[in-house]
Amino acid sequence: MSCDFTRTALHGYLDGELDATGAAEFERHLESCRECTTALGAEESLRSSLQRSVLYENAPVGLRKRIRAGLDAATASPAAVRIPAWRWIAVAASILLVASVSWFAWLRPLRDSASTTPFTAAEIIDAHVRSLQPGHLTDVASTDNHTVKPWFNGKLAFVPPVKDFADEGFSLVGGRLDVLGGQNVAALVYSRRKHFINVFVLPTREPDTPIHPPGLRQGYQWRHWRRQGMEYCAVSDVSDSDLFELAQLLYQ
Amino acid sequence: MSGSDQGKGSDVLDALDRARFEQLVLPHLDAAFNLARWLLKSRADCEDVAQEAMLRAYRFFRGFHGGDARAWLLQIVRNTCYTWLEKNRPVELMTEFDEELHPQPSTSPEALAIAGDNRERLTRALETLPPRFREVLVLRELEGCSYKEIASITAIPIGTVMSSLARARQRLQSALTHSPQEASREL
Repeated sequence: MSCDFTRTALHGYLDGELDATGAAEFERHLESCRECTTALGAEESLRSSLQRSVLYENAPVGLRKRIRAGLDAATASPAAVRIPAWRWIAVAASILLVASVSWFAWLRPLRDSASTTPFTAAEIIDAHVRSLQPGHLTDVASTDNHTVKPWFNGKLAFVPPVKDFADEGFSLVGGRLDVLGGQNVAALVYSRRKHFINVFVLPTREPDTPIHPPGLRQGYQWRHWRRQGMEYCAVSDVSDSDLFELAQLLYQ
Repeated sequence: MSGSDQGKGSDVLDALDRARFEQLVLPHLDAAFNLARWLLKSRADCEDVAQEAMLRAYRFFRGFHGGDARAWLLQIVRNTCYTWLEKNRPVELMTEFDEELHPQPSTSPEALAIAGDNRERLTRALETLPPRFREVLVLRELEGCSYKEIASITAIPIGTVMSSLARARQRLQSALTHSPQEASREL
């Protein structure tokens, strides 16, 4: 390997970690260096093998349960200490306060940002998390919008717009039926690197809105908007800038 | 974030800490498990170590002052894995840094595509790499971490993430395209 670029900049380029100048410089270099062109092809092939092979291993359900039990054991419980009766009342009152505050905090933001959204933040996050369980992500798995779109025919009373944005870095993975706030909705699934984005779509009579500011819960983000008689909510653990990019693509 | 792992671990945690931990850290359990699985190469061991790391993270939770919860957790998982390896499989940690890889011609994309098409083979190849190469590949290719996140998780300077990845990928390529016998002789 005689070319120094092969060992360094090529990887930054492959990973999208070079700045604009560095990337442009490397692209100019690629035009004249056969070795780097071959090496880049090999690296891309290796990467797609790694991603196709689904090497990622999720935590087993039993482990999650054991960890929760361990966390409970490591949390000071009022029962462990002898506490006078009046303190119990104080504890109960503060639990009630925390519970009601978080209940409102949980339900309000989406209601506020979209006034009449037919579902809550909790429902969106739940639906997203549920979809990530093994075998739940898609009912129709295809990167072809001409396969995914007709699949919804006859399953829903509306036709969700289905587009692939693989060129922009958001590949369509497939679609699924889901239920949000008691309504049947279409879920379109996109992948961004190794992360999945659910876009829930359902019809609305409300007027169009811009893309609302992001919401954040449990490490998940969402973006909500209305456009041409459809209500959209995109949710994922990707960064908000990625999510906003996809929202803008869908909004066009 | 560096050193937060060593923060105070003796605080008594209450129901509010428990709820915050559930919201911020627990969603990254899959990431924790996946990293431990690839570092330890054994499902049985990695369940125990992932559990230990998670409870350790909880004990240190008051030392977490916001920011990237996934990177914070993975840093603890990684440290817990290395402590476990030092105790149980010290040999594995000593087979590193033995060489500056011999320059070799790049493998053709076609040959790699054929070799990489086999999940078993890919798994074995990844498992033959020394832990320090394996972890950067897992963080980058499976977890989708940025260089900055990789640097903070693995405690290597950000300037060397790129060259670590370059070497790791080269090792993986040669492990994939060599026969299993040759690959094990190389180690």
